[in-house]
Amino acid sequence: MQKTVISGNEAVALGVKLAKVQVVAAYPITPQTIIVEKIAEYVESGELKARFINVESEHSAMAACIGAAAGGARVFTATSSQGLLYMSEMVFWAGGARLPVVMAVVNRAIAPPWSIWCDHNDALSQRDSGWVQLWVENVQEALDTVIQAYRIAEDERVMLPVMICLDGFLVSHSYEPIEVPSQQLVDSFLPEKTPAPYWIDVTNPRSYGTIASPETYMEFRYELQEAMEGAKRVVKEVDEDWGRLTGRSYGGLIDLYLCDDAEVVAVLIGSWAGDAKEAADIMRSRGVKAGVLRLRSTRPFPAEDLVEALKDVDAVAVVDRSLSPGLPSILLSEVKAALYEHGAKPYVKGFIAGLGGRDVTPQDFVNVFERTLKGFKKGETGKVEWVGLRGVGSGHR
Amino acid sequence: MPEVPVTAIARPAKGSAGRTGLWRTERPLIDSSKCVKCLLCWLYCPEGAITRGEDDSVEVDYEYCKGCGICANECPVKAIEMVPEAI
Repeated sequence: MQKTVISGNEAVALGVKLAKVQVVAAYPITPQTIIVEKIAEYVESGELKARFINVESEHSAMAACIGAAAGGARVFTATSSQGLLYMSEMVFWAGGARLPVVMAVVNRAIAPPWSIWCDHNDALSQRDSGWVQLWVENVQEALDTVIQAYRIAEDERVMLPVMICLDGFLVSHSYEPIEVPSQQLVDSFLPEKTPAPYWIDVTNPRSYGTIASPETYMEFRYELQEAMEGAKRVVKEVDEDWGRLTGRSYGGLIDLYLCDDAEVVAVLIGSWAGDAKEAADIMRSRGVKAGVLRLRSTRPFPAEDLVEALKDVDAVAVVDRSLSPGLPSILLSEVKAALYEHGAKPYVKGFIAGLGGRDVTPQDFVNVFERTLKGFKKGETGKVEWVGLRGVGSGHR
Repeated sequence: MPEVPVTAIARPAKGSAGRTGLWRTERPLIDSSKCVKCLLCWLYCPEGAITRGEDDSVEVDYEYCKGCGICANECPVKAIEMVPEAI
């Protein structure tokens, strides 16, 4: 296995090359652009034998991917933020049509106010689109997850598009030393794409995505939900297989750090799991048993695994890098619902942090752990707190 | 639960959306004495509701013609007239 130093965006492009993707259609947007620039280089040099389709928008990018996937090709696209929102209609189409498209979303805040920095609201806005959503912590995981994503998407038990979410700049533009699997290894892990029975066949013309009457629509939606349930097992199997081949696996649906004996656990997605893990080490050096639960998958939502990991924990901090105005916390609500449904009732407190790329440090996570334990011990409500909020106090309150 | 396929697929069949001719408020009438058999109406009909005979004569299938008027608009010799449907 070869070692190299590359950025998260370059790692995604390398994963696409190793997965022998056949069609790429994409439109540039910061901080994603480097992914498709790098892929264009691979296609131009002949290292990747793929058709690169230049399109006029993200909506068209996904439409082209949908057509190519329905034709039986292995396809890829990438976008961020505003681009993902513009693409949204077609994102839902790919999910509903059960097409194994793989897309990298480099997480960036949504405007206004205009921002190019990391925030999870873009991908989370698409959480009901019928895509498997996987979140990576670092550059190596970005590369590995692209390759895993095709195995998951094309598995007959799944047949769903997969979105790989990586933090804008924090992962996309960070250079890390990583191990590059050989083409031979990837080929043994990821079989050549075989067309499913329902692909477009010019000798047997059919219409796709046609109207479904009220007598049949619900059944398609039920099947979509069943496929997501099936994806839970497949995501785990694929990650375990990858681990056997490379020595690297990421816990399947959830990545646990020091959770076994933990009294307080931080639940989150994305790259700042690294800061939270450092904070857990600091807490433990002070005699507090802290742990980190990183959701690697938010769709399917790993409710069973999450409850199993948290059922004996005293206090849970859910840290959202996104906002559902009026709720206000997306992950917090989903974690609470899973715990409630399964009868596990640790104390749960919500935090909103890091919106629009606001820096969050290990010390901030130390504060999150301490604040959560204090709330638990004092019997407070788990009211959501905003981390590092400054300059608020307008006439609205 | 009935068996449903993974994705929604329809095989081509005449009138799979029902008798769409019922939607029509105006019907195209073809004057065959003016028709030059250019087949533009047959090509442009978005519903495939114009049938082409062996001698390239054309006929409207009123079971499915929605009365959009594209054929009348395209006809270069004005051989197609849109006539209001009687109630």
